[in-house]
Amino acid sequence: MTTERPNPIKSDKNGLLALKQVVKHFDISGGLLDRLRFEKGRLKHQRTTVKAVNNVSFTIAPGETFSVVGESGCGKSTLARTTLGIYPPNSGRILYRGERIDNKNAQQMLPFRRKMQMIFQDPYASLNPRMTVMQTLEEPVVFHNPSISRNQVKDRVAEVMSQVGVDPKWAARYPHEFSGGQRQRISIARALMVDPEFIVADEPVSALDVSIQAQILNLLMDAQDQRGLTYMFITHDLSVVEHISTRVAVMYLGTLCELSPARTLFESPRHPYTQALLSAIPKLGRKKTGHVKLKGEVPTPINLPSGCVFHGRCIYADPRCVEEVPQARTVENMVIVACHAVEEGRI
Amino acid sequence: MNRTWQRFKASYLLFSFKQDKTAMLSLAVLLTLLVTGLLAPVFSPYDPYDPANIDIMNSELPPAWTQDGEAAFLLGTDIQGRDLLSTMIYGLRLSILIGCGAVVLQGFLGVVVGLLAGYLGGKIDALLMRIADIQLSFPYLMVAIFISAIFQLAFGIGRYEDLAVPLLIVIIGLAEWPVYARTVRAAVLGEKNKEYVEAARVIGLNRWRIMFRHVLPNTMTSVLVISTIQVANAVMSEAALSFLGLGMPVTKPSLGSLIRSGFEYIFSGSWWITLFPGIFLVLLVLVINLLGDWLRDVLNPKLYKG
Amino acid sequence: MSHLLEVNDLEVKFGLRLGDLTAINGISFNLNKGERMGLVGESGAGKSVTGFAIINLISKPGFISGGRVMFNGRDLAALSEEAMREIRGNHISMIFQDPMMTLNPVLTIGTQMVETLQAHRSITRSEAEAIALEKLKKVQIPSPEKRLAQYPHEFSGGMRQRIVIAIALITDPEIIIADEPTTALDVTIQAEIMDLLQQLCESEDTGLILITHDLGVVSQVTEKIAVMYAGKIVESGPTERVVNDTKHPYTQGLIKALPGSLQPGARLNQIQGMMPTLTDIPPGCAFNPRCPICEAICRDQEPPFIPVDHLTRMVACHMVKPDPSMGTR
Repeated sequence: MTTERPNPIKSDKNGLLALKQVVKHFDISGGLLDRLRFEKGRLKHQRTTVKAVNNVSFTIAPGETFSVVGESGCGKSTLARTTLGIYPPNSGRILYRGERIDNKNAQQMLPFRRKMQMIFQDPYASLNPRMTVMQTLEEPVVFHNPSISRNQVKDRVAEVMSQVGVDPKWAARYPHEFSGGQRQRISIARALMVDPEFIVADEPVSALDVSIQAQILNLLMDAQDQRGLTYMFITHDLSVVEHISTRVAVMYLGTLCELSPARTLFESPRHPYTQALLSAIPKLGRKKTGHVKLKGEVPTPINLPSGCVFHGRCIYADPRCVEEVPQARTVENMVIVACHAVEEGRI
Repeated sequence: MNRTWQRFKASYLLFSFKQDKTAMLSLAVLLTLLVTGLLAPVFSPYDPYDPANIDIMNSELPPAWTQDGEAAFLLGTDIQGRDLLSTMIYGLRLSILIGCGAVVLQGFLGVVVGLLAGYLGGKIDALLMRIADIQLSFPYLMVAIFISAIFQLAFGIGRYEDLAVPLLIVIIGLAEWPVYARTVRAAVLGEKNKEYVEAARVIGLNRWRIMFRHVLPNTMTSVLVISTIQVANAVMSEAALSFLGLGMPVTKPSLGSLIRSGFEYIFSGSWWITLFPGIFLVLLVLVINLLGDWLRDVLNPKLYKG
Repeated sequence: MSHLLEVNDLEVKFGLRLGDLTAINGISFNLNKGERMGLVGESGAGKSVTGFAIINLISKPGFISGGRVMFNGRDLAALSEEAMREIRGNHISMIFQDPMMTLNPVLTIGTQMVETLQAHRSITRSEAEAIALEKLKKVQIPSPEKRLAQYPHEFSGGMRQRIVIAIALITDPEIIIADEPTTALDVTIQAEIMDLLQQLCESEDTGLILITHDLGVVSQVTEKIAVMYAGKIVESGPTERVVNDTKHPYTQGLIKALPGSLQPGARLNQIQGMMPTLTDIPPGCAFNPRCPICEAICRDQEPPFIPVDHLTRMVACHMVKPDPSMGTR
């Protein structure tokens, strides 16, 4: 077993998947009547939008585990779903092997659907309670290969079930007859059924107990070794991120703060937010060493702060941070940071 | 199949049914009524639709156990001399038929509309739900008067007798579909953001398949629960329409029209023509409602936990 | 010296249609004044039930079926509901994972704090408000005067949990039971809340029972730990010792399963299988089907929960031999 995961980033210039200036806003203003508002005696038409993802760009290389971390409400789950086309982006482009996929219709997307799959957070909501494991697992295969024979489907289901460590004898059971860990295995099996290249895993172990969490993480790493999968791993659990990632992207309020190889990020975080985040991880058996305290509270993604979205909580913030949005820049080999203070050498 | 049966035997549904004496008694009464009604020709002593069995001289005979009663007519006879028990059993059949038929129609319309509105959302949702609001704001009696008036004008009163059953099904069915549409829409809104629906989208399934194969089966619990109540309501609606003379004609009386025909003679002492069909109707509606209550308690996860 | 809280052989059962299920199977521990203790375990281990059992607040169909909970010389498990109400929220407070379990959404937090206080003390409203204000300052809520008049929905998750802590502290309790107080919060906020809780317990000399699944959090805040598995305590002792010199194979498995303890990318050490549900707890040691060092005796006999060294370490495992210097037992 390799302890150091290979770093495939340099091998492919274009990468497997690329996001270019992706923006996703949600209109939550409701019906026409909700949007009308009286202000200074005049009727105003006003929309309320949640700015979930703002101008995010990165490239995921084949074979790597690309993690996106951030706290709740930072837009990481939205980013995952936008990447897979569950939500269409408002602007920006999403490229899969160099081909644009964000403007394709459902029919044109089908070949890509076989390549890109997703694993979900809640093992109790991600399986249809009215379908047996067999029905759940065979659906994607039959849908993408309508000519496949019954027996081939059955063999395939049995094969994948045993790969994820669920006894194929249980295929006729319903999800409620399984424990959370087993359901998560079935959910992973569903994603593997179509032999994908790229899997987005949205908090796949957050709802699980520690001992089960280790089982699922091992399963995911084994599947990656055997099938050469590429992962986009969405999580808030930094110790998991440190363990499995090749590169890590840190998000705050829908914006990318920092993108670095995992080891570099955990050894020398650059962005002030990353520094605060990493210092807050409770480490086993180590008495607290005093974490970086952030002032204030996370602003809402409805009214984003001007300039750098982090400026209200940042100890290094200066007038420039309030006015100008920092651009993501490569500060050294493969380390990308969006921070004026880092750029100016103040940190 | 065998496995399904095993599952049913071990289920909470069956367990709580065995615990609940009211539910068991209700089901027994309901099944008896259903079997009697649906097999009316087998159980009823006479065929009330056959003019050969009707003798006007037998009209308004009281029940058999009273002084003037005749042993041949257990519950007495109605104003036309028909055996009241037989007429009631045939009337029960009509009431059940119309009630269930109306609910099937309501259910079909309501489920489709609710599913489309809930899943597709946006303008379609707004449009369909406003139509439902408008429908609900018409009293069904008004709709019924309206439709039957048009119908009788168009086809003549003679044919009304033959077409009364489908007509009533349509009237009651159209009046109440928004109840289903709203319930299903609410259930769909709860389901459609669950991760299994997103998983189906990631697979690439089209929206129709997701709607009917993934979302719809998960809304069926609430449909089942309101269906019991809706059957009881539909039976009541039919009885009310018939009582007002807008329902089944006297030649083919449902329970409601029997009550009405007897009502005119109640002050002349013929109480039985109204009372017995009334008891039948109350019994039918009561057991359906009791079963519905039980079902709602069992299937409601919130109550189940508490 | 007698302990502030002494839980003795506590047993909790749930009366279900299949018969009684044992959720807590004879656990014992104690807490001194101002001591901070962690109750660690995975979901279903019975740690939350233990918390509720201490304040005698087990909801039906559960009930305390044996053992004692001694607090200031009184057995809480045997107290009447009325007498218990005097203890609960007054001498022993509870903090839950979801702040909205404690906060009433339609009352201002000022009202809620004042009512809590007036339920236990006979004081005027303005006196109560002064105390409420002081407690809000203690939990570091900015501009507390203004905040008193606000409703729970006007606060963020972290702020709500601070208010819950303020409410828990308002009667100056001897013990706070915190059930996963930061699980729903982000790491940066979790760190702040934990800091605050620890600091307040130290300054007010309040005992803390921290119920959590997160060994990392526990190891930073508490002085001693009890690890629970399938309704029993399998290992307990001073936090630093339990974490660095783990005895029980389950605790060892838990710690090894944490991703932080290994070289990145390495396979994690997983514990096979999963925790048994209450209906199928295996005979002998409940952990035996998952245990890497299980032997025949583990399948037959329940291991006793016994001291293994002089440092109040207790372990329930046949395979763990007591420190030789302990002498024969």
